[in-house]
Amino acid sequence: MPEPLAWQIATVTGVRPESAEVKSFTLALPAWRPHRAGQHYDVRLTAEDGYQAQRSYSIGSPPSQTGEVEVTIERIPDGEVSPYFHDVLRVGDQVEVRGPIGGYFVWEPALGGPLLLVAGGSGVVPLMAMLRERSAAGDDTPTALLYSSRTLDDVIYREEIDALAVAKDGVGAFQTLTRSQPPDWTGYARRIDREMLSEVLASIGPQPLAYICGPTLLVEAAANGLVELGVPPARVRTERFGPTT
Amino acid sequence: MTERFTSRGFFGKRRDAGTDRADRIPPGQYLTDGFPVLSAGPTPQIPLETWEFTIDGLVAEPMRWSWEQFQSLPSRDWTVDISCVTKWTKLDTRWHGVSVDDLLAAVEIDPRAGFLTAQSYGGYTTNLPLTDVVNNQAFVAWQYDGAPLEPPHGGPARLVVPHLYFWKSAKWVRGLRLMEKDQPGFWESLGYHIRGDPWREERYSGD
Repeated sequence: MPEPLAWQIATVTGVRPESAEVKSFTLALPAWRPHRAGQHYDVRLTAEDGYQAQRSYSIGSPPSQTGEVEVTIERIPDGEVSPYFHDVLRVGDQVEVRGPIGGYFVWEPALGGPLLLVAGGSGVVPLMAMLRERSAAGDDTPTALLYSSRTLDDVIYREEIDALAVAKDGVGAFQTLTRSQPPDWTGYARRIDREMLSEVLASIGPQPLAYICGPTLLVEAAANGLVELGVPPARVRTERFGPTT
Repeated sequence: MTERFTSRGFFGKRRDAGTDRADRIPPGQYLTDGFPVLSAGPTPQIPLETWEFTIDGLVAEPMRWSWEQFQSLPSRDWTVDISCVTKWTKLDTRWHGVSVDDLLAAVEIDPRAGFLTAQSYGGYTTNLPLTDVVNNQAFVAWQYDGAPLEPPHGGPARLVVPHLYFWKSAKWVRGLRLMEKDQPGFWESLGYHIRGDPWREERYSGD
């Protein structure tokens, strides 16, 4: 019988707004274990009367950031756990977690590339862990990020992604804004489609290892598009979610 | 007993304890009215002309059905509650399909067989004890909510084992292989529980 993945009590050591409805929470862990970029933690909240609620949240921080993990959480208005994180939880509070969890939607430099990361909304979180891991390891795998948001205000990790585009260390950052665009916007302005995927692929090569994370319609469009463009299905890994409340 | 941890300022949202609905939600799960889609890779596109379903492994003679033959098996409506390990539970989902009992009745099972691996188009696998799929506990469905099962939800056909976490309900299923020993499938090899009973919260290895 394998060891159970034990619950532990983490302490909130940082809260950082990322976009209009998204914040990152740094959780210091008494029993930190190295994770793989792309994995998640389970969170469990317990009320005085014993009522409990659980959710899974992706880790945004790389495994090289030891002793703590950063989870990035979108606030879902009628949700149960995400509003607690956004509206109640503050630095110094404790929260029960267990992890890391998930062994397929993960990337590390040894898996190679070229690496194609496709994100919709808060689906960018596990992909950012991969980008941060790549950078921390000094890895030079040719990499492209294609990131779809509704508006510029919804873009998570905006400064970090903008910095990627100018860093010239082999990461191309492509963005699309599907709902509205500022006047000086030079990125895409439509939902992800095959033509867009084809242009992004051209920057890294035709047989990428692809990771796609976001809402179902985006994941379906991107995964089917890549397969139609000749990427072997076994090289396309997906993680999908509706809103995690 | 150790003092239980409580979350400062957490009251919870959905608390109708004692009601019929609350009694049907396994621990750590929340109710959803939507039907979230989860899968590890692209959705396979399987033409019905080439679709087939096979039972093989520890059987006297393997059995194979075409789509047309499969549709003529005795089938019925099923209304079941389903729970995904990602924490959502959906009540009263409506399916149409054939009982695994009726599929197994078409083969002569070797008495050594105690387990099976459900195999899917696209390469997905999941393992189940035979005792979890007999006695009308499991079925292969090709309709959901009165309409053909959509590919993102597992169409043309998916296995449904409603009393276990939903990763056991293999999408795009193309056959069952009967085996002597329990052999971990896709998620079971990646840290998820070998059986996955939501009422025992068997989410991950060792739970």
